[in-house]
Amino acid sequence: MSNETSHVHSSTVSVPHETHHEVHHGHHHETFLTKYVFSQDHKTIAKQFLITGMFWALLGGLFSVIFRLQLGFPDAKFPWMEALLGEWAKGGQLQAEAYYALVTMHGTVLVFFVLTAGLSGTFSNFLIPLQVGARDMASPFMNMLSYWFFFIASVVMLSSLFVQTGPFSGGWTAYPPLSALGEASPGSKVGMDLWLVSMALFVVSSLLGGLNYIATVLNMRTKGMSMTRMPLTIWAFFFTAVLGVLSFPVLFSGFILLIFDRHFGTSFYLSDIYINGQALPNEGGSAILYQHLFWFLGHPEVYIILLPAMGMASEILSVNSRKPIFGYMAMIGSLFAITILAFLVWAHHMFVTGLNPFLGAFFVLLTLLIAVPSAIKVFNWLTTIWRGNIRFTPAMLFALGFVSLFISGGLTGIFLGNSALDIQLHDTYFVIAHFHIVMGVASMFGMFAGIYHWYPKMYGRYLNNTLGYIHFWITMVGAYLIFWPMHYEGLAGMPRRYYKYDIWESFKQFGELNKFISIVAIIVFLVQILFIFNFFYSIWKGRKVTTQNPWGANTLEWTTPINPGHGNWDGEIPEVHRWAYDYGKDGQDHIAQTVPVGANESKH
Amino acid sequence: MEKVMSSERTQKMHPHRFTLWVAIGSISMMFAGFTSAYIVKSNQAGWQAVQVPKIFYLSTVLMIASSVTVFLAQKAMKGREMARYRLLISATVILGLAFVATQFIGFTELWANKITFSESVAGSFFYIITGVHALHVAGGIIALTVLFFRAYNSKTKYYSTAPVETAGLYWHFVDILWIYLFVFFLLVS
Repeated sequence: MSNETSHVHSSTVSVPHETHHEVHHGHHHETFLTKYVFSQDHKTIAKQFLITGMFWALLGGLFSVIFRLQLGFPDAKFPWMEALLGEWAKGGQLQAEAYYALVTMHGTVLVFFVLTAGLSGTFSNFLIPLQVGARDMASPFMNMLSYWFFFIASVVMLSSLFVQTGPFSGGWTAYPPLSALGEASPGSKVGMDLWLVSMALFVVSSLLGGLNYIATVLNMRTKGMSMTRMPLTIWAFFFTAVLGVLSFPVLFSGFILLIFDRHFGTSFYLSDIYINGQALPNEGGSAILYQHLFWFLGHPEVYIILLPAMGMASEILSVNSRKPIFGYMAMIGSLFAITILAFLVWAHHMFVTGLNPFLGAFFVLLTLLIAVPSAIKVFNWLTTIWRGNIRFTPAMLFALGFVSLFISGGLTGIFLGNSALDIQLHDTYFVIAHFHIVMGVASMFGMFAGIYHWYPKMYGRYLNNTLGYIHFWITMVGAYLIFWPMHYEGLAGMPRRYYKYDIWESFKQFGELNKFISIVAIIVFLVQILFIFNFFYSIWKGRKVTTQNPWGANTLEWTTPINPGHGNWDGEIPEVHRWAYDYGKDGQDHIAQTVPVGANESKH
Repeated sequence: MEKVMSSERTQKMHPHRFTLWVAIGSISMMFAGFTSAYIVKSNQAGWQAVQVPKIFYLSTVLMIASSVTVFLAQKAMKGREMARYRLLISATVILGLAFVATQFIGFTELWANKITFSESVAGSFFYIITGVHALHVAGGIIALTVLFFRAYNSKTKYYSTAPVETAGLYWHFVDILWIYLFVFFLLVS
């Protein structure tokens, strides 16, 4: 089956059309080391982020498979697990401490290393210069540093898996006192120090990247590329970067205080604590303070993860429906509204910490307000595909899947945003189901859509379509089968993060359901391995791209050569004359952004 | 790259300067985090505020003076008065070092008065917030020192105003940040 449609060549492209070439933009000779390792080319850095992110996704996914085995089969023994994990799975049974460590690492890795660095690191890097018409980022050197800080953060986090007392095990949010006191648990010892060092490096990486993305979008656009002609992908990456640049420093300040509590005897977060019957000298601290500082990043972080997926889904839905995006300005407006609201809702994670109920009411209101821009976006996606000439490429399927998951996961957000309902629902599987669908799986789908769609630009080859369809359908069905039942468990009050449920009469009824969820999770994990095989196989053996613009898209990245060198365009950077969404206009299938507006052209 | 830079809309601001503006927003958020944490904590029972050491008034004078010298250094660079420029850059570095030194003296004084990490939460905040600011000043001193050595390098003549303008912007920022923190601690205490 071919991705390329026959009408692809109908439009004119106003740049020199060279397929095989060597770019002579940089005057320097490129060695293996400067081209593939310490590269300053935004496209190579993007691939480095992507492949590192995929490594972490595989590892983080494996963590979840192992703890799902414990949850689904609490009494079974797996001798292979002891061979793999040693002490952690004595006698083939996952130890409680190891279970908590795996849950913590799964959250940390997926939220930060996969869905922040792997998603916006990859696609902001790859698409911003290509789609705004720039030869590279505002500061290619800083961009390279951003990746290498992430790489060192990865090495430090990975090394924490191998220390004797194990990695940090107090949950991905790292609340004190578990994160502040080494005596609190084995994972709170060296593992927590490594976690903090790694996360500090990660924050530096995010900030360096974010500064660059903002500077590039605002300063490096080509001639004619006004802000309102930018594709929605770029708007999404821009707001993502703004969120990161303004919220990560606050988390950093929280981390600095935590480091002093751990090692220098301060009491920012600690007060009146007894360990093994012994009173600690710390007085005057408050654990809630950490929660405020953490969630001031933590909530924007949700949108740092989600906005890039929204942007890419908008672009892919429009291209593959052969229709302009519906409500372009409303899309930008809703992205902006989400960005502002993201900073004003953090305390909805803290309804049951003893927060003033009067204050809680404001946070409920602001939280529910997010439903407005979210609904606008969903409406616009649906009206974009409405009566479109839809091409069901794997990228399009994943973009549609993203919209589906965003709706189902978003609806449960309205439940959880109510402080009264939250008394029953907080810390149950309902929360797990909500945020995995709306933030985890939905953003993964956005990421998959992006990979399938821009893979031809990244490697000059296609991913295998058949494997892509298998990947999509099993992941889509599997995601709902895993997380839908968790809503019921959560409504029944089943708490999250527990190692075992069989001593509670009320949760015994879910034994078989847990088994079912675990089996589906394993199947979905195996399908991701299939995707990773497809990814690497296709780099070398995939079907070659033969035309410059395989999807018949309007944006600038498809005016570059099939395998662009450092500098992206061989000749001059093309000038932009129109927005990115002239599909099916005046009887033409698509009109690239580089085509001047004709005299008789209708207005959109 | 040159082609992009010369396109119509990029003339207004040097990209480094622009990136620094964004970074200033970012650093401001960190201190907003710190100081709002301080406010939240100061409303709780058992809070004992810290008396700002007297020598911090001197710090403030030094900081404002250094802002003036860096401003004059920028003007000297624009007028190509290199001797004057070198003198003013050196003066700024020395004033910056003096600022860090007075901060350190203030810290030792406080510490001697039993305001330690384990004794005082307000004191802990005070050390960390002003200490993190001092680290940002130290970063500025490093940047200015680089400029200083560049100005004395006889092999290459350096007349671009962009680096000193960028460094100057940062310096003014840490100055204003200091004044904010100083007034903040005076008022909230």
